[in-house]
Amino acid sequence: MTRERDRARRDGERSRREGERARRDGERPRREVVTSPRTTAARHPRYPVSREIDEQTRLGEVYMRSLVRTQFRLALFVCTVLACVVGGLPLLFLLVPELRAVRLAGIPLPWAVLSGLIYPAFVLGAWLYVRQAERNERDFAELVERER
Amino acid sequence: MSTAYGVTAVVLVVLAAVLIGAFGIRLSRTTSDFYVASRSVSPLWNASAIGGEYLSAASFLGIAGLILAYGADMLWLPVGWTGGYLVLLVLVSAPLRRSGAYTLPDFAEARLESMAVRRVASVLVVLIGWLYLMPQFQSAGLVLRTVTGAPVWAGGLLVAAVVAVNVISGGMRSITFVQAFQYWLKLTALAVPVVFLLIAWRADGSPGLSAHDAATWALPLAGDREYGLYSTYSLILATFLGTMGLPHVLVRFYTNPDGRAARRTTLVVLSLLGAFYLLPAVYGALGRIYTPGLERSDTVVLTLPGTLVGGVAGDLLTALVTAGAFAAFLSTSSGLTVSVAGVIGQDILKGGVRSFQTAAVLAVTVPLGLAVSARSLPVADVVGLAFAVAASSFCPLLVLGIWWRRLTSAGAMAGLLTGGGLACGAVLATIIGGPHTGLAGALLAQPAAWTVPVSFTVMVVVSLLTPGRIPRGVARTMVRLHTPETLNLDRGDWRPRPS
Repeated sequence: MTRERDRARRDGERSRREGERARRDGERPRREVVTSPRTTAARHPRYPVSREIDEQTRLGEVYMRSLVRTQFRLALFVCTVLACVVGGLPLLFLLVPELRAVRLAGIPLPWAVLSGLIYPAFVLGAWLYVRQAERNERDFAELVERER
Repeated sequence: MSTAYGVTAVVLVVLAAVLIGAFGIRLSRTTSDFYVASRSVSPLWNASAIGGEYLSAASFLGIAGLILAYGADMLWLPVGWTGGYLVLLVLVSAPLRRSGAYTLPDFAEARLESMAVRRVASVLVVLIGWLYLMPQFQSAGLVLRTVTGAPVWAGGLLVAAVVAVNVISGGMRSITFVQAFQYWLKLTALAVPVVFLLIAWRADGSPGLSAHDAATWALPLAGDREYGLYSTYSLILATFLGTMGLPHVLVRFYTNPDGRAARRTTLVVLSLLGAFYLLPAVYGALGRIYTPGLERSDTVVLTLPGTLVGGVAGDLLTALVTAGAFAAFLSTSSGLTVSVAGVIGQDILKGGVRSFQTAAVLAVTVPLGLAVSARSLPVADVVGLAFAVAASSFCPLLVLGIWWRRLTSAGAMAGLLTGGGLACGAVLATIIGGPHTGLAGALLAQPAAWTVPVSFTVMVVVSLLTPGRIPRGVARTMVRLHTPETLNLDRGDWRPRPS
């Protein structure tokens, strides 16, 4: 944002200087209706983002950090869920001993969960993660390749 | 039990390994052949190869043995060995592939731009590899003794010799297809007998556990193990975080064409491992019913078919399980030996083909010596210790290296030395000085719960204290690690050194 503001200020200075030059030349400056300075409107970057990243400009860094942060948040989310499930199970069996006696299709609950159900759950979690991680990367690629 | 079938099974598997190794020489000569050829490998084949190399004696024999001996608490072991791949998937798989590193020392060098950190990583790879190889050789001895009555050292020597010859001649390892085949062989060798065992158990009137076992053995945290809750959590931490730091796993990830394929491969690995790990619990539970007083519980997978099915069918099933066990020893040992030999040859000796051959001999003789001389622990326990060392050294290095820009070479070095050193100390104390009792015994036998946090803390704190040592190319490295390969970006020019 500061870049854009700087550029806007520079543009403003340039037009003021031109106005002064015109006055020195003895002409009346042409009247102009000032509506709104274009500070908030989106500007097209001079470079494609890939060049900003290659040249390690501040803008390129912002893009890179946002990618890493998005992916890290996703990873951290999966790890947190995993930690709650995996870390919670021993505690659950310890604090609610009745659960250990529950039977699922004839098999004690701890055995049914730990030697059966948890594996498909891992695969499902992994599949959801892969889908979201690839989506994040696609979004980033679109952002970077968008050249206007 | 007839020895003829068992001997035939061992001879067939060993012969197949040697022959495939001999053909492998012609199929691929250099690492770059391996690398180029691998670009056309699909995720399923690649994942089968990872599974084939990963499922060791500990998975094939050890888990069932520990479940037989200690009951429900041990169910966490296969859960952790599978779940470790989920953690690996979300935290490291794609960035690690994109880093372009063949080995963990390569990654350390690429990320931290420091040869000193690389050397420490190399030493740790060798230590973890040896710790992992030792129980493979011990179990080979145990299996050969159970099947043929040979002395305990013979099986270990056989596996070590076959692996050394294979690795030196350059075969075996480079062929993804062979390792992939090993996975399916191991799955079949464990799954087919289970069907027969369950039929025999039904025919026997489906006997249940004894009343005492049903009240203690079958329930988590109910056995007579001291500090059960601490041990369970420490085991979970070691297995979930240790998987990513195993030296023989990383090289296989390089076989993926890009980061996206690395993720998909990991997803398939999770499914394959999940399918395999449904089986050991069945062996453990049936073993508790039929052979509760087994002297060496690691042999339960081998003895059950003979006990329950009997006759020629029992002998054939025993032969099948024996073949699967030897496939497990050979595939895991080959993968580990190549990784360890590569690191010894390149970072400790001078490099080049001769160094690699010397290194391969070193890589198998040291653990073979340890296997013969050391106290014999349950195989899955020793492998668990290798996971603990990996979790307290390479896990922080990889996770912080990939996600945290402010990691410095000094911080990484301090963390590797502290975490790896403490974990190795605990391992030595357990294997050589043990078994210890009480709280100290639990802390030493399952060190991960305290060594992993210590390692992470040291790495972060020392990095924050040495901000001047942040690698100069970190921004470029981050681009390399995290951006999809389809984007045309400058990723720096670091390449792993040819081995």
